[in-house]
Amino acid sequence: MNRLPGIVRQHLAALRMLIVFTIVCGIAYPLVMVGVSQVVFHNQANGSLVSYKGKVVGSSLLCQEFTDAKGNPLPQYFQPRPSEAANPESKTDYGCDPLFSGASNLGPDNPILVQDIKERQQQIAAFDHVKISQIPADAVTTSGSGLDPDISPANAYMQVDRVAAARHASPAAIRALVAQFVQGRTLGFLGEPRVDVLTLNIALDEKYPASGS
Amino acid sequence: MNSSLAGWLQVALLVAALAACYVPLGNYMARIFGGTGGSSPRASNSTTDKHLRAERAIFRLTGIDPDADQKWSTYVRSLLAFSAVSVLFLYGFERLQRYLMLSLHMANVPPALSWNTAASFVTNTNWQNYSGESTMGYAVQMAGLAVQNFMSAAVGLCVAMAMIRGFTRSRTDKLGNFWVDLTHCVVRLLLPLSIIAGLILIAGGAVENLTAYHAVNTLAGGHQTIVGGPVGSQEAIKDLGNNGGGFYNANSSHPFENPNPFTNWFEIFLLLLIPFSTPRAFGKMVKDNRQGYALLAVMVIIWLAAVGGISFFEGQHAGVAPQLAHSAMEGKEVAFGGPGSSLFAASTTTTSTGSVNSFHDSFTPFGGGIALFDIALGEIAPGGIGAGMYGILVLAIVTVFVAGLMVGRTPEYLGKKIRPTEMKYAALYFLTLPTIILTSAGLSLGLKIGTSRIDNPGPHGLTEIMYAFTSMANNNGSAFAGLGTNTTWYNTVGGIVMLLGRFAPEIFALGLAGSLARQQPVPASAGTLDTRKPLFVGMLIAVILVLVGLTYFPALALGPFAEGLH
Repeated sequence: MNRLPGIVRQHLAALRMLIVFTIVCGIAYPLVMVGVSQVVFHNQANGSLVSYKGKVVGSSLLCQEFTDAKGNPLPQYFQPRPSEAANPESKTDYGCDPLFSGASNLGPDNPILVQDIKERQQQIAAFDHVKISQIPADAVTTSGSGLDPDISPANAYMQVDRVAAARHASPAAIRALVAQFVQGRTLGFLGEPRVDVLTLNIALDEKYPASGS
Repeated sequence: MNSSLAGWLQVALLVAALAACYVPLGNYMARIFGGTGGSSPRASNSTTDKHLRAERAIFRLTGIDPDADQKWSTYVRSLLAFSAVSVLFLYGFERLQRYLMLSLHMANVPPALSWNTAASFVTNTNWQNYSGESTMGYAVQMAGLAVQNFMSAAVGLCVAMAMIRGFTRSRTDKLGNFWVDLTHCVVRLLLPLSIIAGLILIAGGAVENLTAYHAVNTLAGGHQTIVGGPVGSQEAIKDLGNNGGGFYNANSSHPFENPNPFTNWFEIFLLLLIPFSTPRAFGKMVKDNRQGYALLAVMVIIWLAAVGGISFFEGQHAGVAPQLAHSAMEGKEVAFGGPGSSLFAASTTTTSTGSVNSFHDSFTPFGGGIALFDIALGEIAPGGIGAGMYGILVLAIVTVFVAGLMVGRTPEYLGKKIRPTEMKYAALYFLTLPTIILTSAGLSLGLKIGTSRIDNPGPHGLTEIMYAFTSMANNNGSAFAGLGTNTTWYNTVGGIVMLLGRFAPEIFALGLAGSLARQQPVPASAGTLDTRKPLFVGMLIAVILVLVGLTYFPALALGPFAEGLH
């Protein structure tokens, strides 16, 4: 070993160092963390999955699409934000696909983004019978992840009348349900108030089943 | 409570938490790297007192003599050898992915992308030209990429500590032992902190499993694939080590990486924790805590200005699309909102982290412009782990030099004279990055292969290319991701830019340290600029803004300024 030239010795030491730390930091560390988490934080470690009628229907941390097979929004469900997380090569992937997380990356003056926002505003105005000036920003913009599970409380309340009509329920009852699902800021000042769409929709299906669903 | 007041309370809690960690963590780091040596030359020159049993085992396994003190040139050679082997190892890992266990049947990563990713993770950049969930299986993520999250962070801190030894040691040509510093940094600092931080993130909702992707039937009767991975453990070191490479494409905006407002705050805390505590370690090691406070003051002022600036412009939501939507929410999550996204953006770009919880390309012109400016300043406030410290020390040397010119005296810093040799290293240090950035960005703008993948028209497209090379050369890793950079050109040139932007400055910093360590300290006199006083703090900020900031002014004027002022 000591007869090798210095430069070769340096690189051999480097390689051995890297192998040791690959075992320590790259194999032992994550495996121990997975082991501990699976026991202590089982629910979180597996993606905060939520069930309906005994079957896992998704994760409370991931948005999902509430659309028919053609991508039209279903009026009986609260709708998530527009999503960029879709397979660009598929015509039936409308968003919220965790295999394609990501953002639009369109700049603030990009005409494509301006056009997208205008179209979304018109669709929502027609779908929910609201004025364009009443539509909150989160309803017409895509999130960074494309998987945003939340909408703003204003966005949720905007959808109440339409959901109530589709389920033949009273708007006041649906509004009261939404109020139960509004999460305030953590500790009163961290983050923004929000509503988790999937858990709200599950509660909706449990309490006010839509005819035919 | 309105959103902006809540946002500032969030900042206040962050400042309080970082302040509480400043002394204990800084002192601990100083102890790890041997700053507590006694007054005898031998003790003050020794790297550390003793090694843990695990560390001795590592030295035995790797055949390293932990008592061998290295000259600066040997230190550099060890560092370069380790990094070269790391690039090759990681490249091979990616190229052979489909033969590995836990790879989720993902294909081998193509050559140009493997090269770019290997260079990216070894240089602590974590620029990503791939989408994690569809390109990198669990094996490459945890045993390849995440290992470099630890090691590249440790390398940065090693250089900073060796540089500080340049001030604390005298009449020696030895700066410590790279292998010992590297081992101590991982075993005593990064690994224990990652375990704690990882468990907190997982308790908060970050996923941590080795389950294969599986489909579920959604509530409305569709299908959705639930992804998995050892995410929480990787997330911890990603933020703590200022790496920034996301497990998934959406990085820290992905709910499985960053599930809620608390984890969002905690991740920002993690990425600022070590950089903001390093000035304490420095103060402790040079036996004058007020020297540390002076550098801390510079860092805090610049960081707060960045936080305030981005928060302000995002709140104003200028730009056609944000005005139309009534808020700059494109590329942001509801749970984090404007303030939580702006705070993250300012903190990830003033450190060399580059993880994002919102997409900078969709920020308002000036909000995104400040993010770019933060990186262009060289990430010294507080900067990346270690890199921020040696970066600000070089600029502190330049500052005392400028001050010395004003009064016509030989400048000195911490008792060491700043002579022509030191200034040559310092000048080389701060000329490297503008040269790399402006050359590579200029070439990309002049060539069709560089401009053909711009996603956004007008000045924004120029900003995308400037941001890409500024981010890569400064080892940040965040992006204006509308630029399609998974091309042979950007992969190849980007890899070179990241390596040059990391190792050339490190070599100059260590050369500077070697030159300082040889000097006999000189006693302070009436003419010495007191580097513990507000005057010095102000001068250092001015030097940073003038020397570094103005270099990029023309490019900033044509990009974000042109976009924001039209």
